[in-house]
Amino acid sequence: MSDELLTSLAIFTLAILVGFEVISKVPATLHTPLMSGANSIHGIVLVGAMIIAAEADNPVSYLLAFVAMVFGAMNVVGGYVVTDRMLQMFRKKPTAAKAGTEGATSAPGA
Amino acid sequence: MSQQWISTIVYLAWLAGAACFVLGLHRMNSPATARDGNRLSAAGMAIAVVSTLAFLITREGGLGGIALAIIVIGFAIGGGAGLYTARSVKMTAMPQLVSLFNAVGGGAAALVAIDDFIRLNSGAPVDITIFVVLGALIGSVTFSGSLIAGGKLQGLIAGKPIYVPGGQAVTAGLAIIALAGIAALILAAAGVFSLGSTTVIAILGLVVAAGLVFGITMVLPIGGADMPVVISLLNSFTGTAAAMAGFVLGNPVLIISGALVGASGGILTKLMADAMNRSVVNIMVGGFGGGEGVTGAVSGGGSVREIGADDVAIQLAYASSVIIVPGYGLAVAQAQHAVRELAELLESKGVDVKYAIHPVAGRMPGHMNVLLAEANVPYPQLKEMDEINPEFDRCDVALVIGANDVTNPAARRPGSPVSGMPILDVDHAKSIVVIKRSMGRGYAGIDNELYSNPKTGMLFADAKEGLAALTAAVKAL
Repeated sequence: MSDELLTSLAIFTLAILVGFEVISKVPATLHTPLMSGANSIHGIVLVGAMIIAAEADNPVSYLLAFVAMVFGAMNVVGGYVVTDRMLQMFRKKPTAAKAGTEGATSAPGA
Repeated sequence: MSQQWISTIVYLAWLAGAACFVLGLHRMNSPATARDGNRLSAAGMAIAVVSTLAFLITREGGLGGIALAIIVIGFAIGGGAGLYTARSVKMTAMPQLVSLFNAVGGGAAALVAIDDFIRLNSGAPVDITIFVVLGALIGSVTFSGSLIAGGKLQGLIAGKPIYVPGGQAVTAGLAIIALAGIAALILAAAGVFSLGSTTVIAILGLVVAAGLVFGITMVLPIGGADMPVVISLLNSFTGTAAAMAGFVLGNPVLIISGALVGASGGILTKLMADAMNRSVVNIMVGGFGGGEGVTGAVSGGGSVREIGADDVAIQLAYASSVIIVPGYGLAVAQAQHAVRELAELLESKGVDVKYAIHPVAGRMPGHMNVLLAEANVPYPQLKEMDEINPEFDRCDVALVIGANDVTNPAARRPGSPVSGMPILDVDHAKSIVVIKRSMGRGYAGIDNELYSNPKTGMLFADAKEGLAALTAAVKAL
């Protein structure tokens, strides 16, 4: 194997270990947004699609690169937007106070 | 600026993008910083994509007109479709959208690998060949598998397990075909024997086809309840496929990001399976998911007591503490707004309301939290299983809405299909109300002893209609 490939393998191994550490601390509540967020990150394959598009020189490659671009862009853009929509809902809102103003003196949701 | 300099800057930008992904994921650990984390990760993506474009344009030879058109038009179409669907999708349909995005990601990774292989045209060295065929195979499996998983959640394909004739033999056969194809390609690349360039591409086509069919036959026999685990596993596969594409292109940002996602998906899959006290292998082989072959070992001996909305309303309004247990039925009926309305009404009457969220409630881990958050349920009211279980002893009414297996006390004893699965201790509450459409069984296909408990009243209704009736009845008090 070439030096370049061996270096890549080292990067790959370390990145896997980083992934285990980063992920294992996430609470269950955030698993769906996390899955969706991780899903957007593998949209990085879009960069790969751009590189093969730049090197395409025949109809088959044009087609493969085009479909890869469409797929990759959909993964990236859709993934981040839908994750953001999910997380938007997790922000703390003053709704508890709103519910409490309707007359009760108790502390709802406390 | 010389080409050398630009290459260096682009490489550093890629590393910066990868660092943003790691830091972004890390910030997604806590609800408070999660949104910033996702945006940081998106910024990393923008850096990686823009610097790649700059690199391609400025390098020697530049970017041809056709290539530029492919990149710009392809991005516009794919990005536009992603933006539209992500913005317009209902939150209840979100898991299948994530599955769809996962499918196209896997497809893109497979296409990148295939294109690279065709370009090298049997002149690829052994190491590159290994990564190409792995990328193409894994990408193909995720593509078709995620589409089937999404189709099951969307209801386009029956959610219950579908058994392919010949079942596991077909799956095993496909795996053998794919592995044999991979072995042939690697041996040919190593020079053990020589194959014509057409033959090589035909073999790669065979491997990809086997991967596509394998994805289908792998997911079809798995029940809808297990889809979260499957999607999580496929998500991990896509990450790995992206990393393989990175090896082929010698691109560090693809390798790092792909490995990150591969690891995260793996961990998440295991956590999900653990929550159901099952192994990932057990789920993938099928079984529990659809209730087939599971006998009602613990059939509900006692009779059930039916209760009307007015009676439930009185119980709820005069309780001091109510715990709501939402489940799959609530998600299906899209009753998250109805439940929030009822909860707010009860709170205005001084009732302490909390939500008990089982780790596998709904369709994906954390899905129930997202649904309830969408309905503006305050985040601090959502309690995870370990936190809420001791509170059932002190709670006056446990209101179970469309949750079944996760409340079945049979899980505490051995000998039942759900044995060992952690459950919510709903039966410890002083009084239990179950809103359910019928006496139908959950995914485990067994009767729930909770329903025949003398403390339990059954309100037979669709979750949304039942909650609306309860809200009306509480208001009328």
